[in-house]
Amino acid sequence: MSVLEFTSLVWAGSFFAGLLGALTGLGGGVVVVPLLTLVFGVDIRYAIGASLVSVIATSSGAASAYVEEGYTNIRIGIFLEIATTLGAVFGAFLAIRMHTSLLAIIFGIVLIHSAYLSLRRRRDRSGDDRIDAMAARLRLDGSFPEPQGRRSYHVHAVPAGFGLMFSAGTISGLLGIGSGAVKVLAMDHFMRIPFKVSTTTSNFMIGVTASASVGIYLSRGYVDPGLAMPVMLGVLTGALLGARILVTAKTRLLRLIFSMVIFLLAVEMIYNGLTGRI
Amino acid sequence: MARSKREWTEEYVELVVGQLLRSGVIIASIIVFLGGILYLIRYGADYPQYRIFSGEPSDLRNVHKIIIDVFLRRSRDIIQFGLLLLMMTPVARVVFLLVAFAKQRDRTYVVISVIVLTILLFSLVGRYLYN
Repeated sequence: MSVLEFTSLVWAGSFFAGLLGALTGLGGGVVVVPLLTLVFGVDIRYAIGASLVSVIATSSGAASAYVEEGYTNIRIGIFLEIATTLGAVFGAFLAIRMHTSLLAIIFGIVLIHSAYLSLRRRRDRSGDDRIDAMAARLRLDGSFPEPQGRRSYHVHAVPAGFGLMFSAGTISGLLGIGSGAVKVLAMDHFMRIPFKVSTTTSNFMIGVTASASVGIYLSRGYVDPGLAMPVMLGVLTGALLGARILVTAKTRLLRLIFSMVIFLLAVEMIYNGLTGRI
Repeated sequence: MARSKREWTEEYVELVVGQLLRSGVIIASIIVFLGGILYLIRYGADYPQYRIFSGEPSDLRNVHKIIIDVFLRRSRDIIQFGLLLLMMTPVARVVFLLVAFAKQRDRTYVVISVIVLTILLFSLVGRYLYN
């Protein structure tokens, strides 16, 4: 296979990863890394470097629209970014010291967990009107636009959310994925933020989180331009198309199919890790 | 162009953050795409070598060398420069928020922004400090 053929195939695969990632809300990174390692036989370190770059592109692209529409809570975002960026730097330091087989096994486990989180029906726990002292001090409470006008909400359990965000950052830095599922879990379940705000604010934070670890990967030589180029452009175009058709498509069935694919990829990653092939 | 304290409203900040992120991604993508075309013209017929990890050569790892090599118009460096711009886009967003919070006289969030920025800069240039 020549470089031209390889680049074209990687672009096409990344395009589908971005499309599926956008349609299901899981993000492109969780498919790109297994795709590159299992299908194209790329070393997992190059795969993580390329995936992180594509994660920055898609999250920044999507976040730009959400911020302008007023859904994103910038204060919650930047405050929790302290935790996610610290976690990301920690994750990258772990990754560069860890054996690639172990990395593949952890990746598989996280994949299964992400698929589970995305299939579970999300419960909106917002609507608790009590005021949390810490959230008030940090001015995290906010409002977002709804057809009937702006709806305000209160933020809760700030330390628990902050702690879980550190884990989300570590996973992102370790495996080169956005780890939006964990970020959303922290905000939905613990901090009791409304869906629209937690989803968009998670997206807002993913780019900064990925930037915090990608610098470490860049300086270690994990970011290869020839590989990152088709991955980034493919995932980005796929995600853009996905965002367009999201409005009309029935996502429940798609989510189920996608979760099955992810589960199979996860098993294969774990198997390859255990047998030392990755 | 100087904006008074009152004009740094949430809406204005949201608008600029949105435009900043969008332009960063678009400009970076165009550069990566153009570099990609040059790369495929130059290396398209070669054989890819990703199965074995060898790490990128030092001129693709260091920020200042990537920037110098762009001017030598090496296709892989042009792609890497585009990727670097992409990586700097979220950093630029944090810098802008730092300025916005300072204009709003929001001391707590100035401190928070500085902390995030420090962590980001440590990651990007920290290599020079710990190695």
